[in-house]
Amino acid sequence: MKKLLMGNEAIAWGAVEAGVQVAAGYPGTPSSEVLSTLAQLAVKRGFYVEWSVNEKVALEVAAGAAYAGARAMVTMKQVGLNVAADPLMTLAYIGVKGGLVLVVADDPGPHSSQNEQDTRKFARFAKLPVLDPATPREAREMAREAFSLSENLNLPVILRPTTRVCHVCQDVEVGEEHTPVARQFYFEKSPNWVIFPSLAAKRHVWLNRQQEAARRMFEQSSFNRFEGGRGKYTLAVIACGVSYNYVREALALLGEEIPVLKIGTPYPLPEKPVLEVLQVAEQVLVVEEQEPVVEEQIMLLAFKNRLPVVVRGKHDGLLPREGEFNVDRVRPALAAFLQGAGRVVGISGKWKEAFPSPAPPELPVRPPVLCAGCPHRASFYACKKAAAGKDVVFTGDIGCYTLGNAPPLHTVDTCLCMGASVNIAAGFSRVEPGRHHIAILGDSTFFHTGLPGLINAVYNRARITLVVLDNRTTAMTGHQPHPGLGRTALGEEGVSIDIALLAEACGAGFVRVVDPYDLDQAVMVVQEALDYPGPSVVVMKRECVALTGSSRRCQVKPQACLNCNQCIEELGCPAIFPGAEHPHIAGQCNGCGLCIRVCPAGAIEEVAL
Amino acid sequence: MNLDIVIAGVGGQGNVLASRILARAAMEAGLAVLTSEVIGMAQREGVVMSQVRMGRKLMGALIPDGCADVLLAFEPAEAVRSLPKLKPGGMMIASTAPVIPVTVALGYSSYDHQAVLAYLKEVVNRAYLLDALSLAVQAGHPRTLNAVLLGSLAALGVLPFTADHLLGVMLDMLPEKLQEMNRRAFVAGLKAVEI
Repeated sequence: MKKLLMGNEAIAWGAVEAGVQVAAGYPGTPSSEVLSTLAQLAVKRGFYVEWSVNEKVALEVAAGAAYAGARAMVTMKQVGLNVAADPLMTLAYIGVKGGLVLVVADDPGPHSSQNEQDTRKFARFAKLPVLDPATPREAREMAREAFSLSENLNLPVILRPTTRVCHVCQDVEVGEEHTPVARQFYFEKSPNWVIFPSLAAKRHVWLNRQQEAARRMFEQSSFNRFEGGRGKYTLAVIACGVSYNYVREALALLGEEIPVLKIGTPYPLPEKPVLEVLQVAEQVLVVEEQEPVVEEQIMLLAFKNRLPVVVRGKHDGLLPREGEFNVDRVRPALAAFLQGAGRVVGISGKWKEAFPSPAPPELPVRPPVLCAGCPHRASFYACKKAAAGKDVVFTGDIGCYTLGNAPPLHTVDTCLCMGASVNIAAGFSRVEPGRHHIAILGDSTFFHTGLPGLINAVYNRARITLVVLDNRTTAMTGHQPHPGLGRTALGEEGVSIDIALLAEACGAGFVRVVDPYDLDQAVMVVQEALDYPGPSVVVMKRECVALTGSSRRCQVKPQACLNCNQCIEELGCPAIFPGAEHPHIAGQCNGCGLCIRVCPAGAIEEVAL
Repeated sequence: MNLDIVIAGVGGQGNVLASRILARAAMEAGLAVLTSEVIGMAQREGVVMSQVRMGRKLMGALIPDGCADVLLAFEPAEAVRSLPKLKPGGMMIASTAPVIPVTVALGYSSYDHQAVLAYLKEVVNRAYLLDALSLAVQAGHPRTLNAVLLGSLAALGVLPFTADHLLGVMLDMLPEKLQEMNRRAFVAGLKAVEI
């Protein structure tokens, strides 16, 4: 059956075809759709899927299932693997019984991430095999294969798609589904599941041996493919993951044909097919996004085998280590490689210079912004009002609300990683006692890693204010549920965990819940929180505007409007535009009413649609 | 024969759905297809560029600069921003209605709408500038903008399938209560460009 599938959906289908029994993950762009697709597919098929509170928890849940012999999958984005690093590094020593596959999505660019870390390098550090797909089709095949690979090696296996696999759609043939056998899984007790230093010492030797076992398996894998016939050649390209696509197209545009070795298993490097190229070619160009993971292994291999081959790529500056690749970035490097080897590179008729034209007019800057009616805008505005006349630092966190740093709100002064807002604020409070410190994070982030920070702040009596933006969802990544909602990934009703009660139970002496749309009340509560001597917590509770329809909107009363533009300049709402006589409120408005409260002339009114 | 289409617009305009509809139509016509866009952080009111490639044998999902056969722009400034993707002699359909970003309202950047339209007319030989938003409003809702533009794309005669096929796939992907309105929008777009 052929389906149009996004890479992430294709991975989920591959896992279903392999008979996955347990899947867990934490949302993060570009990985999120793997688990949400699994959740949709699970309902009919009867396997288990959960959104876990964070990546460490997700990996441990999956590890438990795999200890008992079930096939398990964990999904996260690249920085999520840092959170899961603690269990991962030792899980490599302990090993698994059922296949355990980690889907860790990388984001070269980066498009939606704090950094460009390369999971292939992490895999090498953790001594775990990693697969690097070039297309959604290949991602599905790799997801399916990864489970048996994991079981054959008794090791977790990492599948590392990038944005241009995760969010690329392709026509994908979906195969026979593995009929879920009514298998009984059973955890066999043994000292080998209990890591002690003595066991670790033994298992480390085993783990190192498994590297060579994995390498031999990869040498037989069809994910690594030599294309270029059997004849003699002097130049070759070795390309990894999506870069393979760009190399193929760049060669076609240049009208050149040279052998290409496609690598789908970057670590451990399959030495045999690579050596076959290194022994024939005088020069090879290694093309891979991000870190020179394959390139460094190739240089080592050439050195070990005393081969005179010239390896080109990142180490000599031909290709960058930063940013995302595409045909336009790979083509000049390829041309330079060919020219460097004495080839005359013609430009084929297929490729033409980019659109020749006079200089375009200056274009407006169009960054992503908080939606019209976003409750975060109201929360930020309330915090700013409450802080008026005080010296306040706002420490921010990861979510839609990071956009609060943009003008005119300017209420995010720091952003580092998930959950950091609370602790950075606490750190500030130790060294600049004259200032107020407001940490701002979302509901899902609070559960993810914010909670230990709050406990720490209470325990160590940090004088900070924590504002939880509780919009009743994980909005940024596509509205996944979280523990505050009482609804699971499979749509079952569960216990909803109340953030305010939790904060009280942690010992915070000041805890208030307020609706940010009720601006006056919200400002007053934040003022009280700032005056409180000790950690104070304010929960700004209002559902994400993308989830709620509205039957109201705001409009300007032209005769009352002073045209002072305060509604525009204070809020930065994408629904309000300047006009010749007075501002206009456009169709995106959902009637949150924040501008009504900001208008000094009472010139904005709410109307029913 | 492969066909590369760039869809340029602003997050929330329905351009991602348009790329999915084109891709499904191509797949159901028996072609290989690849689409790509960046979703996530760029979703809300930010720049969103979709790339759709269809044909017999495809390589990567990203269209090289100067290689797109058609530029379908949901917004005129975004048409200009994506123009380097269009091949010389390529066709462009652009909706003329601007989406003014907050940065302009706040005075941090500027948007000279007339200059943008004049530039598009000057540099693209095969340009169709279309008041697609008015057609969408007439069809029943501004959100049918994507249906208007898909209809006008079908009128160019470059797609490897018929306008009826595309319309059928589009309606199949929409909930029943939105189908009639979107059919009107599609036909309005088709008629506006019909050569």
